[in-house]
Amino acid sequence: MQTLNIFAAQWVAPTIDYFGLAPELVLAGGLCLVLMLDLFIDERKKWMLTAISSFTLLAAMVPVLMLALSETEVRTMFDGRYVVDNFSLVMKAVFLLAGYVVVLLSSSHIEQGEYWRGEYWFLLLTSLLGMLMMASSRDLVSIFVALEFLSIPAYMLAAWRKRDPKSNEAGVKYFLLGVFASAVMLYGMSLMYGVANSTLLTEIGAKFTATGEFSAVHALAVVFVVVGFAFKVSAVPFHTWAPDTYEGAPTPVTAFLSVASKAAGFVALVVLLYTAFPLAQDIWQPFIWVLSALTMTIGNVLALKQNNIVRMIAYSSISQGGFVLMPLAVAGLAGSGTTALRSVVLYMIVYAATNLGVFAIILAVSNKTRSGEISSYGGLFSYAPTLGVLMTLFLASLAGIPPLGGWIAKFVAFQSLIQSQSTWGYALAVVGAVNSVVAFGYYGNVMREIWMRPVPDNDTTLISVPGSLKLALVITAGATLVFGILPGVGLHFADLAEIAGAIIR
Amino acid sequence: MNMLQENNWLLSVGTFLPLLGVVVLLLTPKASDQMVKLVALVTSIATLAVGVYTAFKFDFDQAEKLQFVADANWISVIKSSYLIGVDGISLPLYLLSMVITLLVVIYSLDHVPSPGKPKAFFSLLLVLQTGMAGTFIAQDLILFFVFFELVLLPMFFLIGVWGGEQRQYASIKFFLYTMFGSALMLVAFLALFFKTGAESFSIPYLIENGGSIAKNIQIWIFAGMFVGFAVKVPMFPFHTWLPDAHTQAPTQGSVILAAILLKLGTYGFVRIALPILPDAAREWAPYIGGLAVIGIIYGALGCLAQTDMKRLIAFSSVAHMGFVMLGISTLTSFGVNAAMFGMVAHGLITGMLFFIAGSVKERYHTLEISKLGGMLTSMPRLGWIFGFCSMASLGLPGLAGFWGEFPAILSAYNPAEGLNETVFRVFMVIAALGTVLAAAYLLWMFQRIAFGTAKNSSSHDHAHSDDLHDVTTFEWIAWTPMLLGILVLGILPNLLFSVFDPAVKITLSAFGG
Repeated sequence: MQTLNIFAAQWVAPTIDYFGLAPELVLAGGLCLVLMLDLFIDERKKWMLTAISSFTLLAAMVPVLMLALSETEVRTMFDGRYVVDNFSLVMKAVFLLAGYVVVLLSSSHIEQGEYWRGEYWFLLLTSLLGMLMMASSRDLVSIFVALEFLSIPAYMLAAWRKRDPKSNEAGVKYFLLGVFASAVMLYGMSLMYGVANSTLLTEIGAKFTATGEFSAVHALAVVFVVVGFAFKVSAVPFHTWAPDTYEGAPTPVTAFLSVASKAAGFVALVVLLYTAFPLAQDIWQPFIWVLSALTMTIGNVLALKQNNIVRMIAYSSISQGGFVLMPLAVAGLAGSGTTALRSVVLYMIVYAATNLGVFAIILAVSNKTRSGEISSYGGLFSYAPTLGVLMTLFLASLAGIPPLGGWIAKFVAFQSLIQSQSTWGYALAVVGAVNSVVAFGYYGNVMREIWMRPVPDNDTTLISVPGSLKLALVITAGATLVFGILPGVGLHFADLAEIAGAIIR
Repeated sequence: MNMLQENNWLLSVGTFLPLLGVVVLLLTPKASDQMVKLVALVTSIATLAVGVYTAFKFDFDQAEKLQFVADANWISVIKSSYLIGVDGISLPLYLLSMVITLLVVIYSLDHVPSPGKPKAFFSLLLVLQTGMAGTFIAQDLILFFVFFELVLLPMFFLIGVWGGEQRQYASIKFFLYTMFGSALMLVAFLALFFKTGAESFSIPYLIENGGSIAKNIQIWIFAGMFVGFAVKVPMFPFHTWLPDAHTQAPTQGSVILAAILLKLGTYGFVRIALPILPDAAREWAPYIGGLAVIGIIYGALGCLAQTDMKRLIAFSSVAHMGFVMLGISTLTSFGVNAAMFGMVAHGLITGMLFFIAGSVKERYHTLEISKLGGMLTSMPRLGWIFGFCSMASLGLPGLAGFWGEFPAILSAYNPAEGLNETVFRVFMVIAALGTVLAAAYLLWMFQRIAFGTAKNSSSHDHAHSDDLHDVTTFEWIAWTPMLLGILVLGILPNLLFSVFDPAVKITLSAFGG
């Protein structure tokens, strides 16, 4: 007790940079407001919660922009455990905008059917808050807290359709495998702490395998931590939850999981690789190489035989994750670090825009057809040409066909692989090239339904698209086209994204 | 550097004007079919007008230099820029793409294939035109790649939506083949970029610096490009998408595919692969030549085995493109000139043959050669046009086809320094045999379709008498320029050779002329 008192007396409150924390604070304020208001307003006024949620997300963008424009390049808090650098700002902007589009996707969807609106928005915003924290966390503990912060609401969102066994399955599966992965990761982190005697990433980075030699402990620590995030980004062989969860969860939640949650996993992975154990590249480079090749290939092969559009997109997003991982397999080689980081960030930006667009179309079409079968897209072009053309654009972007966004993302990924001028880099580039062709097999299949097949049951009633979905489509289609035709725009942001304290370049 | 920058807005306008037409089409949601056709027609006429003006402004005395060069900032981070320009090699192909698109649009005015949807059909044609023209003007590898790929989706839909019975299979096959090629090509481009010091993707820059790459690395980079371009040409053994795509595509799709799209591959060899990687080209040349003559013989034998008129013409494309590739593989300016001429001639002739096939299908409702016959008696004008094109296709002197084939064969007698003469002379003999086979299958096809008496297939008796009308006005308008082109280029080949030659000589300077 006495010693505790002595410690307590020594404790100095950390100075908090409230400006640096402003995006998180706005979001936290907004989600509290949603939770409280939900208790007091009656059913007819629940639409206000939607408005507040989307307003909160846009309001949180303001401090992000101001921070980006401010003089101070890097803001460090809590002894370097929480850092606001350009990388975190770019990613926060991606999370907030993706979150905003998810709100647009959700708003009409959750008004139909038995949903609990207030809690839905609350959990969505909480998960996004966890993602913002993840972008700035530079300490094993704060990374773990942020990860749980963003995951636990997501587990609940996945099981949101309470009466639907598939949705329950989605939630339970996601939860069990997620907790398992967290446990594995924690074990890895504890080993890491044991070796480096610190939880601060930069300190670990300085000590971990600094001598150039590493033992089994080092290898286990790195592999376990990477596995934890491989689960989050649904990299093969840690992907098994994704298809079931994506299919069972409400479609807007699936959009959220496949874009924002996945990006959060990549953010943490990149930060760890670049600041905590860059010197252990001999351990993680081959591991990521294998993960990436497996993820692309197996994701693609399984996607080829899906009949359900959401399941197909689930496997497609697994395979896309492999492309994001691709440049990281050579990131530790001299001169490749910067381009690999650029590639990962650009890929996430473009992928977010495109994949959210795909989900907007899926929501619009399922409004009419009430079906998730790919065959329900038959003849879409003949009775809903705009939706048909937009879906074609999104799918073509995912397939990486110029002049749509996806091509520049894939291009930059290939570029950083080949820039490494290593055999491993070339080999992975060829694997990626072959996979990007195979991927067209299933994207092209949906296009074929849209353009070339007859309308099922000759049911050509028009599809009514709610205003919020229209806005989401305009945003995502616009972004997909702009990133593709003027790639400089996306690359500009991707280039800004430098991680403060990164050791590899 | 050898570049002229005057009037550098011309190429961008000519290339992107069709997209303006597409935007107009998209912004008029309730446009009537007449309106859609009018917009498409006006757009393609305007595009061609810009093209003709470009040719008018082109300085033919300096055809070896890139002209109308524009260099704008595009993706500075990856050192790729919007660098465009035309020289004697690209100008004729650039113009050809505009002419063909206009003629196809005119033909489509009263031939929108089933299932209709003229708005989508014409929009795709116009997007396709932008992609084709852009490929010929791009002087930056990444820009080239983007345009090269831009043609894929419109053609995919043209085949898949408006095609024949097996259209879905054919369209996916077409797409996967080409995409596979271009994915490897992109990897090769990137490797080239880094091996030349990661300075620029500009083709003139790479031509200056590509030769310094070590030979064994050049060979690998060339391999990647080879796959990309060879699929597009298509060369044996990558040709299997072509018969399906051609047979299933609507007439308009077949014409554009034959006249322009196949040329993107051969153009890529001449513009990119050969001048940038000369050492690798020398190593690869015998293999390319070998595959080319295999293609010639294989294509010809394939033709002899066909019972479907359109499929026969498709296989004849494989053979003809074999002659073009043989000319390229000699690495001499004589051979490449022949190849360039062959590209234009094949575009006009085979394009025309596909037009005729389309009209035959429309009138007889079948393309089975055994069910056709007596065209000269029932429709003399169409029959004679068909005969004229068949003669041109088999390389009759005095018509355009001759000047692509004959010099290509001749060039193999004397390939560039460092290539094995014996091997190429063997190729020459085989290719010459190929022309005999070409005469055989074309005359055989013509004889069975045009001679004899009209056959009455029982099911379509009454339909026939109504449908068997001779060449219509729209067909005359669409076809006359092509027929004249075949004739004029046949009599005055120098019109084209004099444009190609200076640029070809510069391009092949690494091979000693």
